[in-house]
Amino acid sequence: MYKLRLIIKREFLAKVKNKSFIVMTILSPIIMVGMVALIAYLNVKNSEEVRTIAYIDNSDIFTDIFKDTKTTKYINLNDLSLKEAKDKALNSAYYGLLFIPKEDSLNVLAKSISFYGEGSPSLNLISNLEGKFQRKIRDLKIEKLGFDIAKIKAASTNVEINTEKYSGEKASKIGSILKMVAGGGFGYLIFMFIIIYGTSVMRSVIEEKTNRIIEVIISSVKPFKLMLGKILGNALAGVLQFIIWIVSASLLMIVISSVLGADFSALSGNAPQLTPEMTAQMQESVSGNLTLVLHELKDFPFFTLFFSFIFYFLGGYLIYSSIYAAIGAAVDSETDTQQFMLPVILPLMVAIYVGFSIIENPHGSIAVGFSIFPLTSPIVMLMRIPFGVPWWQIATSMVLLLITFLGVVWFAAKIYRVGILMYGKKPSYKEIYKWLKY
Amino acid sequence: MNSLLKVENVVKNYGDFCALNKVSIDVPQGSIFGLLGPNGAGKTTLIRIINQITGPDEGHIYLDGEKLKPSHIASIGYLPEERGLYKNMKVGEQAIYLAQLKGMSKADAKAKLKMWFDKFDIGDWWGKKVQELSKGMAQKVQFIVTVLHEPKLLIFDEPFSGFDPINANLIRDEILSLRDKGATIIFSTHRMESVEEVCDHIALINKANKILDGNLNTIKKQFKTNTFEVGLVANDLEALKSEIASKFVVQPAEFKSLNHDLKLNIKLAEKESSNDLLNYLSSKASINHFVELIPSANDIFIQAINNNTHV
Repeated sequence: MYKLRLIIKREFLAKVKNKSFIVMTILSPIIMVGMVALIAYLNVKNSEEVRTIAYIDNSDIFTDIFKDTKTTKYINLNDLSLKEAKDKALNSAYYGLLFIPKEDSLNVLAKSISFYGEGSPSLNLISNLEGKFQRKIRDLKIEKLGFDIAKIKAASTNVEINTEKYSGEKASKIGSILKMVAGGGFGYLIFMFIIIYGTSVMRSVIEEKTNRIIEVIISSVKPFKLMLGKILGNALAGVLQFIIWIVSASLLMIVISSVLGADFSALSGNAPQLTPEMTAQMQESVSGNLTLVLHELKDFPFFTLFFSFIFYFLGGYLIYSSIYAAIGAAVDSETDTQQFMLPVILPLMVAIYVGFSIIENPHGSIAVGFSIFPLTSPIVMLMRIPFGVPWWQIATSMVLLLITFLGVVWFAAKIYRVGILMYGKKPSYKEIYKWLKY
Repeated sequence: MNSLLKVENVVKNYGDFCALNKVSIDVPQGSIFGLLGPNGAGKTTLIRIINQITGPDEGHIYLDGEKLKPSHIASIGYLPEERGLYKNMKVGEQAIYLAQLKGMSKADAKAKLKMWFDKFDIGDWWGKKVQELSKGMAQKVQFIVTVLHEPKLLIFDEPFSGFDPINANLIRDEILSLRDKGATIIFSTHRMESVEEVCDHIALINKANKILDGNLNTIKKQFKTNTFEVGLVANDLEALKSEIASKFVVQPAEFKSLNHDLKLNIKLAEKESSNDLLNYLSSKASINHFVELIPSANDIFIQAINNNTHV
């Protein structure tokens, strides 16, 4: 154990003292927060920008829909001809010009409205305008049919279905989103960790091989101990890096948002503009949902999620990093690793893609299958757990993961033991298979 | 003499390839034991088995009378042929780490390292990174790390490769003084002149089999051909030469001398002794050079391998 500790310590320090590690650790949160801040800033800027849109309404029925808002100003150019209006809009640098011809039929009119602009207009703006016209035309048609619009508007009701499980727990839509974010976040974290630190284990093995120190070391310790020490030392460095990232990124976030005064919720300011009544409804439901979110968080399976995160994190990382270590041992240089990398990356990629489909159907057969299959379970099962997974599935998946872990580590240790002393030739799969029998 | 290391009938196969075929060696306590053989003979495999890097398929190994076990790692120091250091680590830090892996305490390792660094006059390398050192410098550090924990058994695989002659001599003298202090040394090399210089015992491995072993002098006796190198002075050298050639097997010889001598290698039959030859020659001419030809380690190596290959 003493020697294992020594190796872990060395691997940890070698990794942490490495310049690229230090640079990555410091720069990443800055870059990440910087990007978020930039996007938020641009969004704020964007929404402060006022667009001027001129219009010629020859039909005379839409005048009341052109109401100035914070971001859009409308200018009536009814007195000008289309050509004059175009010139004026161009010279005054208006965002665009709407031309509404006079038509008898509302259906024909609906097809003959044009927008002129310098380039292609923002899709948001166009769909927003289309919405305005549609509502106005609908109102006009209703009026023609002889109904009272006010009464019809009063008749429309916002319906929200309360979802509840058989056991009586609430299951709100917000809750689903929350679960998706939590599960997806943890799953993605494991994915990233495996890729980054698995590769780092592999590099460290190759380094020992090319430096020719490996034989000196394994005349003092068992190769398996060296491999284990390497894997654990790198994992510790990784955990440290992630903690630094999370803490510093959240600190930076707080600092920047208070300094810039940029509201990060402005990120969602891109959503299409809503009619006043819809906004009102939204606000009502959001404030109503806030209590639901809190309620949902209270019911969240934090305990299960936390412990299964630890379990799947360890299992997944150990399985993959020992495969990475074996690959590192089998080759002489990093350029030779390609042919062995694909089969390692593939299940991880599949897991992430399956993870996306889980949002749609967390208990479908694909989701269940991949959350039990040990090479994908660390990612897929974690994404499913917030949605509630029957205990037998978790148990099966964990047992399979454990068995696979033992098998893979045995297998990797064998390849590692032989590979580290093989120099000078790039091994084939066939040759590696032979090593298992040495 | 007691043997420190006993290897008994060790067999090692890699798939279909046999790397060692029932090899037995006996390394006497306090000796310098030359483990010789051409490339790919199985020397490194045997050394790795002794270091417990791999296990034998068959056979046993005893260190100091005990069956080889993991705790013996601390009693063995190994300088592999393929050797290196962590490039990004500082020399001192690294040496302490390697010593700790061999079971030394940090303080002990530090004190002994200081001593060795002073001895080799490399104290100012302590804080340097290995990548700043030359190959020869790194080799010195590796040598120190190998012997630092004062193991009973030291194994050097091609210890002189990468050293200039001055440092090679320094290392050779250190190896000899370690032997004098009681360490037993296994020495694997291709350089036969260094075998001649330092080894007491040798074992020769060829194609997975041991073909020769024992005390170097005893082996030399076995390999000597009862041939003598002589230098003679007489009036008629040609007549003398043909006269001698009629009695013995004769070949021309090459050595340095002040006179224009008749230089010959004379091979005697088994029953004939050097005195017989001397008596005969002294009656014919004046002798100013008379040496028994003793085979060099190099001759033995080549002869043994050739015989083995042709069998």
